[in-house]
Amino acid sequence: MSAALSYSDPAYPGPGSAPRLALNRITLSNFRCYQTLRLDPGAGLVVLTGANGAGKTNLLEALSLLSPGRGLRGARLAEISRHPDNNSQTSAPEWAVAAEFATPHGALSIGVGWAEADGERRAVRINGAAASGQTALSEHISMVWLTPAMDRLFVEAPAGRRRFLDRLVFAFDPAHAGRLQAYDKARRERARLLREGRADESWLGALERNMAERAVAIAAARLDLIERLKRAIAEESGSFPRPEIAVRGVIEDWIEQRPALEVEENYRAALERARPEDGDSGSCEGVHRSDLMAKLGVNGPDAEQASTGEQKAILISLILAHGRLLARLKGRVPVLLLDEITAHLDSARRQALFEAIEDLGAQAWLTGTDEALFTPIRQSAQFYSVANGRILKQETHG
Amino acid sequence: MAGNDIERLINYLSKLPGLGPRSARRAALHMLKRREALMVPLLKALESAAENIKPCATCGNLDTDDPCAICANPERDGSLICVVEEVADLWALERTHSYKGRYHILGGLLSALDGVGPEDLNIAGLITRAGAPEVTEIILAMSATVDGQTTAHFVTDRLKGQDVSITRLAHGVPVGGELDYLDDGTLSAALKARRPL
Ligand SMILES: [Zn+2]
Repeated sequence: MSAALSYSDPAYPGPGSAPRLALNRITLSNFRCYQTLRLDPGAGLVVLTGANGAGKTNLLEALSLLSPGRGLRGARLAEISRHPDNNSQTSAPEWAVAAEFATPHGALSIGVGWAEADGERRAVRINGAAASGQTALSEHISMVWLTPAMDRLFVEAPAGRRRFLDRLVFAFDPAHAGRLQAYDKARRERARLLREGRADESWLGALERNMAERAVAIAAARLDLIERLKRAIAEESGSFPRPEIAVRGVIEDWIEQRPALEVEENYRAALERARPEDGDSGSCEGVHRSDLMAKLGVNGPDAEQASTGEQKAILISLILAHGRLLARLKGRVPVLLLDEITAHLDSARRQALFEAIEDLGAQAWLTGTDEALFTPIRQSAQFYSVANGRILKQETHG
Repeated sequence: MAGNDIERLINYLSKLPGLGPRSARRAALHMLKRREALMVPLLKALESAAENIKPCATCGNLDTDDPCAICANPERDGSLICVVEEVADLWALERTHSYKGRYHILGGLLSALDGVGPEDLNIAGLITRAGAPEVTEIILAMSATVDGQTTAHFVTDRLKGQDVSITRLAHGVPVGGELDYLDDGTLSAALKARRPL
């Protein structure tokens, strides 16, 4: 079923013609290994090559912090500041990333920065004016990334897959992040009351109502995205697999069978009944346990049984389908950050990936250790070599 | 650097919300330079406020009189009680000039994680007030945060069985938005478009 959210479906703008979001210029200060760095890559593909530890991922992380959330490493903001040289104590514990974007609505400048006094919040400036926090970023910027840490997404714990799915939902529906936070807060509050043995019916009931309202909205948004992704995957024409995907969880399963209001009431009542067990176990049933399931194809094996290369191909298929959806429904193609993307892809898949990115019309930032693997996009991409926190622009050989 | 008295002054000033050590130093210096024009009158105002201002035993508002000016005002509509978290929220609603009823200040929001329970809030007082025959509507104006909504559900549950209708501010109040930070127009509209829970 298609859940509560409704988006209009304007005609698909066609390959390559969707409005592109691109970073034209990026400036880093005191960011991890970069004391200062400025790149003007233009709107096309960007390839960063260099040895492991050279600083490629640091640059992608900086870009990822221009979108809401904790970036592709999920790091604490204080960890990011460049470590001062051992013999100098002068380096200030603060960092900044500034970028110029080309968007469907014209040029946009975004700056994010952190200083010790900011705690765990980063300052955001949009077109020179202070913005009221990260959610303002989601109105302008969509970014999606794949990192080597995600290569094992399908064999590891559900938490990683759930986070991946929620990020995809969030790109369409920025309110999703707030709902997840609110749900989590109410859940922890309830767990605390139960652990302390405070049997205040009204208080527990209030928290359970809170949880139930949020859980249903969260589950509905996930299901809605899955439905849309499935349709986008079905349209896929390249040589990537067309994975079968689903979200599995108690609330999601109920919503597929019953009206949302009934699910809300059922879940609330279930929580009320489960108070004694939940108090003993310290946990409860809910959308914080849901999982993203994937199969290689309609009759294919589960993703976790597929080869590493096939698992990566599934992730790429999902990212590409998501990019097409964003282009269609939000009117902008996201920026793709693809760290060590060629690992586990054979040459046919690499070629297919490059073609798919060009079809999508996305600005993609690709990193890898071996420059030769990017030969097919030698003419269309801007190449940089990265070593020891320095980045050298390579002249294109035409 | 500075003598004991100055440091103590700066130390107290820096405990005020919105003032860090740097702005506290600036404020202290500013006052010392304007001793007669600012510092002495401020001192008198502080003294008088500390002595005379107390919470209203009925609604929790801060005023020199108990009951407060709002509770004592016969022009105010006694059939309406608007429940807010803090006095700052009452001030925010008063600034809109669009609410003519009375208030009830809870003095916080339920939060198990922060150790704030029903016994820490003025909920018993609200239940008593809601039982008075002239009261017909309770407007819940807690913020749209998790704690605000939990508290709203809680209060609703405790008011069950009382002969009052319970409404809440219409959405338009942004999630996590605290009333005090909303502009008067938004708040006024949310108040007019309040709806049953
Ligand atoms: Zn009063």
